[in-house]
Amino acid sequence: MMIMSVLVNNSKCVKCAGCVSVCPKDALALKSEIVCDEKKCINCEICITFCPAGALRIKK
Amino acid sequence: MEIKESYDVIIVGAGPAGSSTAKTCAELGLDVVVFDRNNEVGAPKRCGEGISFNALKRLDLDIPQKCIAQAIDGAYAYAPDGKEVKIQFEGTKGYVLERKVFDKWLCYQAAKSGAKIISKTPVTDLILEDGFVKGVVIDVHGQEKKVYSKIVVAADGVESMIMRKAGIRTNKSPTLVDSGYQYEMAGIDMRDPHMIELFFGNKIASRGYVWVFPKGEHEANVGIGISGAHKEKKAKEYLDDFIASHPGLAKGSIIEVNAGSIPVGGLMEDMVGNGIIGVGDAVNQVNAIHGGGIPEAITAGKLAAQSIKLCFDMNNFSKQVLSEYNKQWWELRGKHLKNVEKVRETVENMTDDNLNDLADVLNGEDLSDFAHGKNIMKLVKIAAKYKLKGVARKLGF
Repeated sequence: MMIMSVLVNNSKCVKCAGCVSVCPKDALALKSEIVCDEKKCINCEICITFCPAGALRIKK
Repeated sequence: MEIKESYDVIIVGAGPAGSSTAKTCAELGLDVVVFDRNNEVGAPKRCGEGISFNALKRLDLDIPQKCIAQAIDGAYAYAPDGKEVKIQFEGTKGYVLERKVFDKWLCYQAAKSGAKIISKTPVTDLILEDGFVKGVVIDVHGQEKKVYSKIVVAADGVESMIMRKAGIRTNKSPTLVDSGYQYEMAGIDMRDPHMIELFFGNKIASRGYVWVFPKGEHEANVGIGISGAHKEKKAKEYLDDFIASHPGLAKGSIIEVNAGSIPVGGLMEDMVGNGIIGVGDAVNQVNAIHGGGIPEAITAGKLAAQSIKLCFDMNNFSKQVLSEYNKQWWELRGKHLKNVEKVRETVENMTDDNLNDLADVLNGEDLSDFAHGKNIMKLVKIAAKYKLKGVARKLGF
């Protein structure tokens, strides 16, 4: 089964949570770092497009 | 610090929206607590830090000197071809704030009025019972604790997790939030350290602009907002390219990095539910053109507190009673902000040629009017003259 999730590059991430604000499935959350709930993520890539820092990519 | 089992009102987030709601609730005699997840109120900032004298006057806020980084006289706006429009008159004067100090000062006022503010305490969930929000779950140094209340106020900013957990969609479609990146820079040279500079053009910032907000003679917030749906290039990349091509900025230092989403639309008709009410960025209360949200947040907080008090007077915490806030807010701010949103939609669809044409025919006063949702008919007429398609329809004519 394909994993639905995004990977965060913490060297680039500013922890602004912009991705959290645009996620249509509430799959992302800002804890001590950005975390993605694989059960909710649908790989729509909206967060990846949005991220001002280019810190997100699809987990393959 | 002792956290009680229950309060009249729980507020999530100690930004301007949260502290304003807290202050007014406390003044109205309610037992109110504010939880903020960060170690420090006001940090990290996600903001250009500008506020106008007009807004301060409207809010009746007499801010102390320590909150002010720089006095501002006006702005230069640059069209893609470099043509400039100077926007400088009474209505464009204001300050660039020191948000970390300003947000704390707002909390001081709330605390003085009797509100309790507790930082480093994230709200992780809502307590929902019988279709009502009845409180929150907080993380107290690694331990979960339930705290009950009659009303929960979602003042948790643009992420807006609290409204969403209550089942209220806050509609942050990527076309309605800009992707923002900002450096606080030092050791730079600016044209005039008392003038904001705004740079437009789709090569500089796709469907957005670069801003320079001076914080001192050689210091400024230099930032960018682009469409949240833009795929080709990241906000950070646009900003880095812009700085590299401006020697006065390129020679400087970066002393802080900020980023975030900037709501530029999505005003909500309905911002309440049973036992819950949203204020500030959490419910997209911003000026869609300049992205300013501080005055909106403070105004909404005061209105929200009035409606919350009404609930306690009637001993009814339903959506129906809280809806008074929707009515009041739309009357006082919503209608006006809706006009600003229409102008925004128009401008963001313009090509660089359109923007150059506009810079030819508009003066600073026009631009300021448009940014405040005024004199929209003039924009319609200009659009017709330059055959800008769909503008009149977008503006509702």
